[in-house]
Amino acid sequence: MSVDTTLASTSNSLVYSAMAVYAVALGASAFDLATLGEKVGAKRRAASRSAGRRDEATSQAGGVGTITVGRTTAPTGPAPLAEDGTPRRAAGIATSLTVLALLLHLGGVVTRGLSAHRVPWGNMYEFSVTGTAVVVLVYLAVLSRRDVRWLSTFVLAPVLLSLGLAVAVLYTDSAPLVPALQSFWLVIHVSIAFVSSALFVLAFSTTVLQLVQERREDQRAAGRPTGAGRFMEALPPSADLERLSYRLIAVSFPLWAFTLVAGAIWAEVAWGRYWNWDPKEVWTFIIWVVYAAYLHARATGGWGGRRAAYLSIAGFACLMVNYGVVNVFFPGNHSYSGLS
Amino acid sequence: MTTTQERPAAVPDPPELDPAPVGLGLLGWVRWTWRQLTSMRTALLLLMLLAVLAVPGSLFPQRNIDQVAVATYYEQHPDLAPWLDRLSLFDVYSSPWFSAVYLLLFISLVGCVLPRTRVHLANLRQPPPRTPARLSRLPEHRSVVVGASPERVLDAARAVLRERRYRTAEHAGAGGRSLGGQRGELRETGNLLFHLALVGVLVAVAVGALWGYRAQVVVPVGTSYVNQTTNLDTWDPGALVTGDSLPPFSFVLDALHVSFDDDETSNQYGAPRSFSADTTLTEAPGGAAVERTIRVNEPLRAAGASVYLAGNGYAPVLTVRDGNGDVVFDQPTPFLVQDANYSSTGVVKVPDSPTGQVGLQGIFLPTAALGTDGMPASSFPDARDPVLYLTVWTGDLGLDDGVPQNVYELDTSEMTLITTGDGIPVRLRLEPGQTAELPDGLGSVTFDSLDRYAGFTVRHDPARGAALVFSLLAIAGLTASLFVPRRRLWLRAGAAPAGASDGGSVSEGGRTLVEVGALARSEDHGLAGEADAVLAAVLARLDEQHPQQPAQQHPQKHRPEESAP
Repeated sequence: MSVDTTLASTSNSLVYSAMAVYAVALGASAFDLATLGEKVGAKRRAASRSAGRRDEATSQAGGVGTITVGRTTAPTGPAPLAEDGTPRRAAGIATSLTVLALLLHLGGVVTRGLSAHRVPWGNMYEFSVTGTAVVVLVYLAVLSRRDVRWLSTFVLAPVLLSLGLAVAVLYTDSAPLVPALQSFWLVIHVSIAFVSSALFVLAFSTTVLQLVQERREDQRAAGRPTGAGRFMEALPPSADLERLSYRLIAVSFPLWAFTLVAGAIWAEVAWGRYWNWDPKEVWTFIIWVVYAAYLHARATGGWGGRRAAYLSIAGFACLMVNYGVVNVFFPGNHSYSGLS
Repeated sequence: MTTTQERPAAVPDPPELDPAPVGLGLLGWVRWTWRQLTSMRTALLLLMLLAVLAVPGSLFPQRNIDQVAVATYYEQHPDLAPWLDRLSLFDVYSSPWFSAVYLLLFISLVGCVLPRTRVHLANLRQPPPRTPARLSRLPEHRSVVVGASPERVLDAARAVLRERRYRTAEHAGAGGRSLGGQRGELRETGNLLFHLALVGVLVAVAVGALWGYRAQVVVPVGTSYVNQTTNLDTWDPGALVTGDSLPPFSFVLDALHVSFDDDETSNQYGAPRSFSADTTLTEAPGGAAVERTIRVNEPLRAAGASVYLAGNGYAPVLTVRDGNGDVVFDQPTPFLVQDANYSSTGVVKVPDSPTGQVGLQGIFLPTAALGTDGMPASSFPDARDPVLYLTVWTGDLGLDDGVPQNVYELDTSEMTLITTGDGIPVRLRLEPGQTAELPDGLGSVTFDSLDRYAGFTVRHDPARGAALVFSLLAIAGLTASLFVPRRRLWLRAGAAPAGASDGGSVSEGGRTLVEVGALARSEDHGLAGEADAVLAAVLARLDEQHPQQPAQQHPQKHRPEESAP
């Protein structure tokens, strides 16, 4: 099986094109955030939010003479930011461009895989390119359920950064897989790891924003000026950001456990030991334990909120060590970086 | 790891740390210590400690992974290494401090989960709690006035709640009869299952370590392997494995196929592309022989053991003749691979030579070239230009005192290196088919041909399947504990206060005020939707029971469509 170099270079062109479009999308979304932040900030000073909504309504529904008398409900999620119907043209452009860039990006991923007749995650370069595509894909999936356009800046920036790192530092020519990776477990183990990592990346962004927002809320409550970062006004309150971070991590955590177990099954098939304390295994385990500590802390009195958030950030730091340091610098069975 | 069950915000947290007991004596202290150990906060600290303590094992070489790397570390840091060793930093995952943390964590886990299991089982048998006097105080509250009787409303509600997997109980109260429902006990069940399954995983790992074994064997192409401890190159049994309990299978290594990336323009030049070993397996002595291919990622499973293709290399077939010209050594000699291009090292020990014991130390290069440091090195892993370099030792090989020796190392303590007149070691250079004379009348050595060998790992782990089952149970439990909402919901049907409203036409049975109240007992983002859905389902069910009524109320509603031809 030889490598189709035409497809491989098509893949490179597509990845570069995707990066260019991501960059424009990033600009548009940052602009949106800045203008919306100004607007919401001005509105906030005029009105304060009520803790709950009470709908008093009388209506007729159903055949047995139903009259709704009352409905009390707890506040759920962030109030829509553009409630007043302000068009967010820049945000719309950013979303459209993100979709376009993702299509180019996925094209790059698929052609890369086709060029070597295999899944496109056999080395660090491919892992980064495919992984960032999954991050954007997961962001768009969340976006299809709720309006999280305020998050796009904080997704596109790290994605662009990782892609830049991938093409500049990690680039490896397309080639067939080494025998150790020739297994369908490569498909299962790594693709689950992609989705799980993507959710952790998003959760990291929302957690950092949550901490920044909390600081601003504290300052506001104490009557101090909130300083720079007006764009934060466009973001939901910290409690909502905290809930979103939790939900992302709650979805990701069992997936990470599955990554760990699938990796162990593969290790048994490949090396005869399902667990051997290989550096990659160790760090995957550490990440799992740190996020377990996050979930645990959240349920422990006095450990929620900010303290739990620090654990989530620590978990992300471990994820980055696992991705960027372990493959390259720690000798072990996972030294597939393709770098020499 | 005690409880990851979330409390509803309304219930205040009990104080986590009790004050230490004063004057309570030994039993009091034991109780206090136990309570501390099984508290949430301790479990959390142990979890964080476990993560931190796992790190050094990835920074320092570990004996369980790579003994050679540890030895190299000792050479490079002769002062530091013994101190690191005293702190078990080369055996982190079996060190006392790492073991202490995970054992404490598991004791804490069990100490918390067992009582919780008892409470949970009791809870499952208890009827849902009584209806609060004021449902409007609950986080979610709905109220409607309907024309159906309270009995019919409660019947409908009972059916709806059961459909939605609530356990229900009926209560009578001042405001009218009511129904209490509770659901989502699976969340706590899952949580307990998760924690107990983790204990199962730990036990399975321990069983595997105690009763399993791992062995390595080098098999040249064309030779056979019989699964006995005496035939193994390394033998690493668990503490409770008794000597000769290996399953008696055997196989012949018929052929070994290897290929490498030969695209010189690629930066992957020389990378391995495929390895496979054709074998003929006999599962039991006298049994039928079957052909099996072993590949990386495709082990051979035979008689409860697994055989993995772990490595491969070159085994030059060498013949050594003594000073009289008699053959004293004649066999394929496996050389151990040292780098990605298969530069390999090996030794030949010839103890039975009447003209003096001979030891040969060799470097084998499948594709001979000069390395960047000017020393000979291989430039490609396939055998394109094989060359063997040998240095010659004579003296006492040390094989006669019965101490087992590493077959890949020469003990030169009682031997002398043969040198030329000016002190430079004699180095013989051989290509396949060539013969070289050994100096000092020791005889000759012939490089007859080049064979390959395969390195196999033989492994048995009796608790492998159990570890997998417990892991999957843990993930299933974890998923339930994160995503099954735990809720309480009450529905009260009482007489509607006069003048509540008179929007609808009332058909029968007076007017009934239906109130729904819901309380989340866990992280719950769908509680409002649940309250709405329950109410809508109850109303829909009341409607179904009186299909004529919508028609009465909205006489024209369906007519036009129905009358269309």
